[in-house]
Amino acid sequence: MQFTSEEILETVGMIAEDRLDVRTVTLGISLWDCSDPDPGACARKIRDKIRSRAGELAPVARDLERTYGIPIVNTRVSLTPLAWIVPSREPAAFLEVARAVDEAGAEVGVNFVGGFTALVHKGSTEVDRALVTAIPEALSSTDRLCASVSVASTRTGINMDACLEMGRVIADTARRTADRDGVGCAKLVVFANPVEDNPFMAGAFLGPGEPETAVLVGVSGPGVVRRALEQLPPDADLGQVSETIKKTAFKITRMGELVGREMARRLGARFGILDLSLAPTPAEGDSVARILEAMGLGRAGAPGSTAAVMLLNDAVKKGGAFASSSVGGLSGAFVPVSEDRGMIEAAAEGALTLEKLEALTAVCSVGLDMIAVPGDTPPETLAALIADEMAIGVANHKTTAVRIIPAPGKRAGDRVCFGGLLGEAPVMPVNPVPCAAFVRRGGRIPAPVQALRN
Amino acid sequence: MGRKIVVTVIGRDQIGIVARVATVLADCRVNIEDINQKILGGHVFAMTLLADMEKSPLALPELADRLQEAVADMELRVTVQDAEVFRYMHRV
Repeated sequence: MQFTSEEILETVGMIAEDRLDVRTVTLGISLWDCSDPDPGACARKIRDKIRSRAGELAPVARDLERTYGIPIVNTRVSLTPLAWIVPSREPAAFLEVARAVDEAGAEVGVNFVGGFTALVHKGSTEVDRALVTAIPEALSSTDRLCASVSVASTRTGINMDACLEMGRVIADTARRTADRDGVGCAKLVVFANPVEDNPFMAGAFLGPGEPETAVLVGVSGPGVVRRALEQLPPDADLGQVSETIKKTAFKITRMGELVGREMARRLGARFGILDLSLAPTPAEGDSVARILEAMGLGRAGAPGSTAAVMLLNDAVKKGGAFASSSVGGLSGAFVPVSEDRGMIEAAAEGALTLEKLEALTAVCSVGLDMIAVPGDTPPETLAALIADEMAIGVANHKTTAVRIIPAPGKRAGDRVCFGGLLGEAPVMPVNPVPCAAFVRRGGRIPAPVQALRN
Repeated sequence: MGRKIVVTVIGRDQIGIVARVATVLADCRVNIEDINQKILGGHVFAMTLLADMEKSPLALPELADRLQEAVADMELRVTVQDAEVFRYMHRV
């Protein structure tokens, strides 16, 4: 046979038992031709464009799911940042567009639409400010819309005014969705060095260098990696661990490549990128924390976790880069606390702290993601947490992000429950030492010297 | 080239599994090109089969449904996948 039965059964087992899946097929749609000074007209053009370009996205994904026998868990849409498309200084204009985008997303059957986005890492225009002002109401009055704001970059430094503003926006968004544990904040990401072709929500938008439409694919296989490591002898050294992860990542990535290419062909879109990030879900076994445990750590967050995550992420990249010529997006390890059962347990036991999560982002992971903190955390403290995370991204030439939920009425040790893919999480304590005087200074933290390159 | 598919059948070992699967494939004008069967751990039946469904009037999901229906009373799981999946994953 062309394939041995061992190969076939391995693949079938990965899908059936280890939850190998395509986490998301995200269709990036350019909105450059939808701009209009009349918000109503602008909203209509955007709605029509999403309908026409993404109408077949969900049906094609369902068909491919059957053909290849691999689950495609989510279909989503990412848009050109709306701050570039809606030429208005009025938050009301952005709210009108937000509702239209949400409706269009529902019509085409996707679960999230990203692109309620402004890039203000060096400063805000009046249009940017209108969008940012509209975020709390936009997120609390829609279901699918996702917002993101870039407040820092390696070349420009950190816009501290924007950090402070985002601290307030996050607090306000939590308050407006207090009846659902502040779930609005789960749809809001603050970035340093965001990528233009991210398939993952809530931070996806389609950057200016992208084509008319692009298929962006995120694969997922934490369970497959864990299983492969569990099959190693207990005394296998970390070189062998790395080698095993590499080989496994190769196989996972190839599945994504196949699905991405065929999706693009059938949709008449360009195959954009394959994101190698090992995205977990709350399902048992589908966990990055369990991979760390399989490596020999008692819990994620134990001493050694930073080294283990660096090893993991690097090996995934090496295997993935060989498997696909279209690697892009974030391609880092995700450590979204509420979406990863092992991380939830580690945080609840106190093994995993906010500070350790921050350390992980320095070597690999994408950010402080889906972390619930006490509802009375001051906006200034949220802003300072954002600034710290941005500093790591800026200094290390990498994307970092903050998606944090100050859960209304909750204290450290309580639990929040967002349901579905967003999961549930213990509320983590935040260092209470005041930092408001620092963040209220505002201004811009200058870009770090990068050995004076060009 | 054809439309190559891989059929996998896993479940409780019993008499007549291969016969039922082969019958459905023949009825659907699917040509078996290679077949491999073993018993795992003494009682779990596992069969992998490469076939060409170029002459079949059915789409792959329809064939998958027919096969699953045919063995519905046998505690077996049938998967039918485009062979490209395995070429991508296991061949450089």
